[in-house]
Amino acid sequence: MPFSTQSETGDDQYILVANLDNVRNLSNILKAIHFKDHATCFATKNGIKMTVENAKCMQANAFIQAGIFQEYTIKEDSVVFRINLTVLLDCLTMFGTSALPASSTALRMCYMGYGHPVTLFLEEGGVVTVCKIHTQEPEETLDFDFCSTNVINKIILQSEGLREAFAELDMTSEVLQITMSPDKPYFRLSTFGDAGSAHLDYPKDSDLMEAFHCSQTQTNRYKLSLLKPSTKALALSCKVSIRTDNRGFLSLQYMIRNEDGQICFVEYYCCPDENIDETEL
Amino acid sequence: MKCLVTGGNVKVLGKAIHSLSRIGDEVYFQPLEDGLSLRSVNLSRSAYGCFLFAPLFFQFYEYTSCSDEDQDTNESFRCKVLMKSVLNVFRSLSSLEKTVEKCRISLNPKTSRLVIQLLCKYGVVKTHNLSFQECESLQAVFSKDVCPNVLRAPARVLVDAVVHFPVTLSEVTLAPSCGGRVIFRNYLEEETDPSKMMLTEMTLNEDEFLHFQISKESEITFCLKEFRGLLSFAESSSLPVSIHFDIAGRPVVFSLEDPVLEVHFVLATLSEQEVSGSQKLARGSCTKDDTRLPPSEAAADDFLSDDIDSYMIAMETTTVEEATANGCQPPHSPTFPLKGSGRAEGSSSILLKPGGRRKDLSMLSNNKPGSESEEEEEEPGEVPGTPPNKKFRSLFFGSVLSQRDALHHTGLSEEVLAEASDVEEES
Repeated sequence: MPFSTQSETGDDQYILVANLDNVRNLSNILKAIHFKDHATCFATKNGIKMTVENAKCMQANAFIQAGIFQEYTIKEDSVVFRINLTVLLDCLTMFGTSALPASSTALRMCYMGYGHPVTLFLEEGGVVTVCKIHTQEPEETLDFDFCSTNVINKIILQSEGLREAFAELDMTSEVLQITMSPDKPYFRLSTFGDAGSAHLDYPKDSDLMEAFHCSQTQTNRYKLSLLKPSTKALALSCKVSIRTDNRGFLSLQYMIRNEDGQICFVEYYCCPDENIDETEL
Repeated sequence: MKCLVTGGNVKVLGKAIHSLSRIGDEVYFQPLEDGLSLRSVNLSRSAYGCFLFAPLFFQFYEYTSCSDEDQDTNESFRCKVLMKSVLNVFRSLSSLEKTVEKCRISLNPKTSRLVIQLLCKYGVVKTHNLSFQECESLQAVFSKDVCPNVLRAPARVLVDAVVHFPVTLSEVTLAPSCGGRVIFRNYLEEETDPSKMMLTEMTLNEDEFLHFQISKESEITFCLKEFRGLLSFAESSSLPVSIHFDIAGRPVVFSLEDPVLEVHFVLATLSEQEVSGSQKLARGSCTKDDTRLPPSEAAADDFLSDDIDSYMIAMETTTVEEATANGCQPPHSPTFPLKGSGRAEGSSSILLKPGGRRKDLSMLSNNKPGSESEEEEEEPGEVPGTPPNKKFRSLFFGSVLSQRDALHHTGLSEEVLAEASDVEEES
């Protein structure tokens, strides 16, 4: 349901215009990183990246590449603003979230530049709703300096295999310990809760394992409370890549297939928990 | 102890845990020579459940006494684990069925961990090392063999009978008659106004039962929650449920038997006095009204007991009498010798006894069980054999009894009752 242009008088005053026939292609991805109220939005000619951070030690990025949009024009090299993600999602899903193909909502998102609100035109069944959301001063985001050359271990799993595991994690445990190793136990998730410890082992020849590139044994702990929000992305994804670098930083990349079969990515970075008690490893 | 459960039996084991979770907050693991026993008891000790999985249930079952000394006394190691953590292992029954291929359980007192390993599809292994507390053996005192009334019915029949009761209903009354009918109806508490309540009654005919033996006509009222737990297990394993019971106030025993599996649920029942009131109601006879209801035209005596309309009328015009007509003493504590329990020493037995009031029950369940001071407080109201002045006369298990009373009534040792307070010291 493309918009007729006649209602738009000054289209050229916007520095960013993005049209989407199915708003769920955007809202679903944004939901995957919705664990804090505010997000920073970066737009370049390649597409839009939304970043949400928590506790200065974890960051989630959702990438919506330009190709996902039916129309995408940007007049500056990069556009940055901060926005209330909760409000943005409420607006995007105001016509409901049901996945009925007959009832897809079309979106036109426009931004005039620094100091201006983001304007959303949502259209469903001929009814157009206009939402204006105030933008905020962008904050500097964390640079994890996660470089693929420093990656020590990398595993690609089918998400199916992790979904249940994450759902059943013992939340009384403060940390999730991830062990990746070229030898047994290959890939192990451990929790240490009130009721005792639990380990989940994936053999490297498992059918769930798409790729297994581990060069040395690494055991790191991550705050479970920081990793738990990534379950949202896990639920949507079909594959997940789990990488750790030489500092023990964790990168989780979720490959998400949207309703039109296009691929998007959501990425989580997390710092390791430093207080590792060696005796417990 | 080491054992291995495979295939569909993993789900059976999971179901058993779910069933027990309706009862208590802890699961007692006790490996025995004749199988693995899982037990639970509720805080007020008015409900007890026990599953015994025979060695044949397992692909592999290895039982070892925990130490040499124990071999002499033939004592096995036993422990209790938080229900929540065991339930977590078996949380999703559907995924147990779909993904879990094998379940390995090992209990090694030396490592102080109960290890439950789930071997799943795609070679994924979930290992749960659960911490446990050593504990006394848990054994309810009951003897179903001397119960005059025995009913056995397919689980389906009973499930269909209780499905009509609202989920919020806490107690249900089972009323068999010599005429070959069994009536299930929701139990109304004394303080509720029957005219404002919905009454549900289900009648089952004798021919729906596999076994029907009623030698003493009596009504029993017991908690529905635990019963539903047992029924859901029974239904999934399609085993018939046997109900052994005596007069009101004595425990009712629900059991399932299978060559590889034995299940017993022992539930307290409401006392004679309370039930006798509702019995009268059911029969449509008129009893004296209390202050809440206006004096009524007496309900005719010729109401048919199975006529729901007349029952409703009777409910509106009659009410429970404080002092029952027969004025009988409550039944004496049914302290039958333990079934299959040869040792009194070191075994913390649960005594099913009538006594106490509902208030005691709720107090108990709100507090940590069995702390000494609470026990002291409870005791005065619970001299066995004393007719409670009113209301819920539940059966309490041992820990609520004063030790003197327990000894007096059972001849069992004092360890019997200290069990719950041990917990706090150890933890």
